[in-house]
Amino acid sequence: MIKLNNVEKVYRTDRVETLALQNINLDIAPGEFVSMMGPSGCGKSTLLNLIGLLDAPTAGELELDRQKVRGWRDGDLARFRNEKLGFVFQSFHLVPDLKVVDNVEIPLLYRKGSTAARRKAAREALDRVGLSSRVTHFPTQLSGGQQQRVAIARAIVGKPRILLADEPTGNLDSAMGEEIMDILHDLNKKDGTTIVMVTHDERFARRTDRIVRLFDGRQVA
Amino acid sequence: MIGNYIKLALKVLQRRKFFTFISLFGICLTLVVLMVATAILDNLFSPRAPESRFGRTLCVYTIAIFGDSYSTTGTPGYGFVNEYVRNLPGAEATSAFSNFSGTAFFHQGRKIESNIKRTDGAYWKILDFHFLEGAPFTQEDDDRGNFVAVITSDLRRKLFGGASAIGKTFTVEGQTFRVVGVVPPVPITRIAAFSEIWVPIHTQKRAGWATQMTGEYNGLVLARSTADFPRLRREFAQRLTHFRFEKNYDHVNVGLDTPFEAFARSLSDQRKYNTQTPLRVKLILLAIALLFITLPTMNLVSINLSRILERSSEIGVRKAFGASSRALVGQFLVENVVLTIIGGAFGFALAVAILSALTNADLIPYAVFDVNLRIFLYGVAIAAVFGAISGVYPAWRMSRMHPVNALRGGVQ
Ligand SMILES: Nc1ncnc2c1ncn2[C@@H]1O[C@H](COP(=O)(O)OP(=O)(O)OP(=O)(O)O)[C@@H](O)[C@H]1O
Ligand SMILES: [Mg+2]
Repeated sequence: MIKLNNVEKVYRTDRVETLALQNINLDIAPGEFVSMMGPSGCGKSTLLNLIGLLDAPTAGELELDRQKVRGWRDGDLARFRNEKLGFVFQSFHLVPDLKVVDNVEIPLLYRKGSTAARRKAAREALDRVGLSSRVTHFPTQLSGGQQQRVAIARAIVGKPRILLADEPTGNLDSAMGEEIMDILHDLNKKDGTTIVMVTHDERFARRTDRIVRLFDGRQVA
Repeated sequence: MIGNYIKLALKVLQRRKFFTFISLFGICLTLVVLMVATAILDNLFSPRAPESRFGRTLCVYTIAIFGDSYSTTGTPGYGFVNEYVRNLPGAEATSAFSNFSGTAFFHQGRKIESNIKRTDGAYWKILDFHFLEGAPFTQEDDDRGNFVAVITSDLRRKLFGGASAIGKTFTVEGQTFRVVGVVPPVPITRIAAFSEIWVPIHTQKRAGWATQMTGEYNGLVLARSTADFPRLRREFAQRLTHFRFEKNYDHVNVGLDTPFEAFARSLSDQRKYNTQTPLRVKLILLAIALLFITLPTMNLVSINLSRILERSSEIGVRKAFGASSRALVGQFLVENVVLTIIGGAFGFALAVAILSALTNADLIPYAVFDVNLRIFLYGVAIAAVFGAISGVYPAWRMSRMHPVNALRGGVQ
């Protein structure tokens, strides 16, 4: 599902070069739930962003859903992200100006489909994360755990094959974290969604199929 | 898609009340200034009653006669208009009228201040005054120098109260005129039409006026259509080849001008005036308008940019979930256009209010600054340009934002 071949990422800023990732080789099977661990600054987010097509590697090859990502234009990248990928972020990144249901609908705005169909899909996704009673709230009116569940609903509303989560429980207490993990496992089991999750929590990592460990931009396990 | 953008725009604008207010205020103010200026310019230059035929009327308001070291510039004299403008072949009508001049006279023991203009019979055919009572004087009246006058209803009230003025007399500058017609007041901004008293040219008493090349008489040439302009101008140039120069003079610069060209000629060095001058004047006016539009646009651009930085998380999210740069530019432009249209509507309403206040304040006597369809369309065009300019650059910046940076908080 996800294949990385000798991937390298160098950040160049004002004569300072940061080698954020080097020689990364990964092969993640469809339906696999992989967690990624390592100390702060080791390149976890960078790797997740590369897989999510939010950033481009400086060397190496990337293959997603059996398609080689090479020479893609802005429109190609946007379409792939829209159809195949879902994102969950540590700080939720809900749009404060929009109601919960409008936030969840965002990925569907960039696809064909009627307003009614979008509404229906958004409600189903919210149902899935147990938030059908908060549809017309604004994000600031929700707890952190609830906000992250809205974010998950937004990530899955378009039924992506791959879900990328960067420390989804990082801003939550452990009880809320457990809830989020339950939802992710449910998605992985029932829908067969491939999940890559960055986490600092060993307990959560141990519940996943595999742990990828990074250290200073290198893969150590 | 556009429908979604509009809905989204309204939601965002509703939530961001402070930002919306600031932007609307800026847009509104800009449009008010521009639309009031447009309305005033329109009032000055567009053909409207009694100058409603000025779309096909050519004017001779200034003349420059010069030699190597002498030059005379100013209003043509009656002699010039009579000899070179009057009865120009191919014209529907030609007329001479004097500059209006201020005058004061006593009527039944009261001092009356007014303005007087001398003209001929054709003047009333080129301008379409609406006569409240009576009729214009005729060419015969002018030829014979009959002491007849047309006055405005405003002057009628001052002289005769509310009653009919036809047949009544008043004495100005030692001459007693009988009123033959009454017209509504005309704003002073209408050079050809304005006066309060109109009397025949040949009632003039000053010596030598009839043969002067420069003096105080303007010429009007009514063409059957604008298509005749070139032909009329050739005729006029042909006539000018026989111009009789006095000693020390060998050039004359005068032409059949449209009202705007006449305005441009009066603003420029009249000896050097040529067919390019009106374009230059137009460009200068445009540059001033552009300056007016640029400052508030820059302001709106900077508001928009800071708003984008504030919303960088949203941009990152949208990109992550499949918005292409084009979609984001579209979304932002629609947001901006919706904002501009709302601001434009407020601005338009305010401009109408200000213009009617200007009209009522009588800053320019008798000028009516109304808002017609043309000014409304100008306003819409101005708003659209404003919206596009102030939206395009921020939208472009927004779409260029790197998704990872956007999610991290907009650091470029
Ligand atoms: N835009 C950038 N420009 C320059 N250097 C960067 C940039 N983004 C990340 N880096 C550097 O790349 C390295 C990896 O960063 P990354 O954010 O991937 O770490 P991380 O493993 O996610 O850390 P954390 O656990 O704190 O989130 C760091 O040294 C970081 O300073
Ligand atoms: Mg990170």
